[in-house]
Amino acid sequence: MTRAFSPKTLAEAQESLARGATKVAGATDLMVADHASGREHAWVLNVMGIAELQGIRVDEIGLNIGAASTFAEIRRSKDVALHALALIEAAATIGAAQIQNRATIGGNIANASPAGDSLPALLALDAQIMLAGPQGRRTVPYETFHIRYHKTVLEAEELIERVVIPLPAPKVQAFRKVGTRAAQAISKVVIGLSASRRGDLLRNVRLAMGGVAEIPIRLRQVEAIIESEPLSRELADAAAAVVENTISPIDDVRSTASYRRHVAGQVVRRVLLDLLRGF
Amino acid sequence: MNSNYKFTVNGRPVEVTGRPMARLLDVVRRDLGLTGTKEGCGEGECGACTVLLNGAPVCSCLVPLFQVEGALVTTVEGISPSDQVSELQRVFATEGGVQCGACTPAMIVTIRALLDRHPKPTRDQVREYVSGTLCRCTGYERIFRAIEVFTGQRKAEGVSETAVDEGPPP
Repeated sequence: MTRAFSPKTLAEAQESLARGATKVAGATDLMVADHASGREHAWVLNVMGIAELQGIRVDEIGLNIGAASTFAEIRRSKDVALHALALIEAAATIGAAQIQNRATIGGNIANASPAGDSLPALLALDAQIMLAGPQGRRTVPYETFHIRYHKTVLEAEELIERVVIPLPAPKVQAFRKVGTRAAQAISKVVIGLSASRRGDLLRNVRLAMGGVAEIPIRLRQVEAIIESEPLSRELADAAAAVVENTISPIDDVRSTASYRRHVAGQVVRRVLLDLLRGF
Repeated sequence: MNSNYKFTVNGRPVEVTGRPMARLLDVVRRDLGLTGTKEGCGEGECGACTVLLNGAPVCSCLVPLFQVEGALVTTVEGISPSDQVSELQRVFATEGGVQCGACTPAMIVTIRALLDRHPKPTRDQVREYVSGTLCRCTGYERIFRAIEVFTGQRKAEGVSETAVDEGPPP
């Protein structure tokens, strides 16, 4: 016997959160799991109407995206297009129109799939996650949000309120997804990259990858290689080799470890060659 | 616990009693008897169950009833007035955009939403919108043709004048 609650404010949401309500955003993952398992929730909390989780704006803390923003809204946002092109590209690869009209950025983060499409973009852009709970608000660097497979720092009584990308955002941004096909498919490997540029040198490189570990990860060894000398074909090859040697993907229904290892290296190589072409 | 939910389907206010997490797909088909919307995969991959929620295409198998409170839902039955097929549906039939028909209700509502945003869509815009609905019959080419004929971007070629069923042959 499920009881449902659709609060308009965070304050109104507190009661059902305290009761351990299941948080429902776009439900694109939740409904699949529920239907497959036949499970029933005691309480469900619709987060889509909560005022504090709405809207995309630029303010004093950065590009400030409400957790209930759908990927369709993110794709249409001029502010996101101006500052976070990698996130726009990620949003555009998620499912197709039917999923983008429902799935939210907060849901993608909270669901904590290792293959979540927006996650490497957020990691590359050094996103900060604002959480709201009974003790008030706290901000967590996205980099520390995931602990292990499907486990995050989000407490049962907390909601993801906003996702903030610090500004100025990195000038160099890239995103790539490898799936079985362009639309709908869940990622095998997904990559986000950000950097600043000085001449032919990439600096402050953040290279993030999903689908190759139990949580989205940064590849710091590869970042160091990319920063070590001016961008070139040889550097792209070297970076790809280090990618293949550092990641430990698994075999699963969507792909094999050896395919993921190979393709991850090649995608990083191609991203770097594309950047080189633009220099 | 069953609750009452009020929303609008095809312009008509409805009140449905059901579980909060009931699938909109089941509500539309079973409670409201609107069986034009089809169930395909049931997990948001095939798009066969697409309806418009506040004008935007969504997979109705992934929408829980309690989130539809107060919303506007459009199914394929809401695309045409009365029992007539709309011009978009007619052109789908005459240009071969309909073959087995399993994806057609989803295609029709999705394309309606596309045309509301982009009355003269580019091929890329069409491709992106229809990519969320699997069609295994047409290879999509006949669907592109039907849309472009409908928007006046292409001349009608037609595959069959009798494609729109007028009843059994005399």
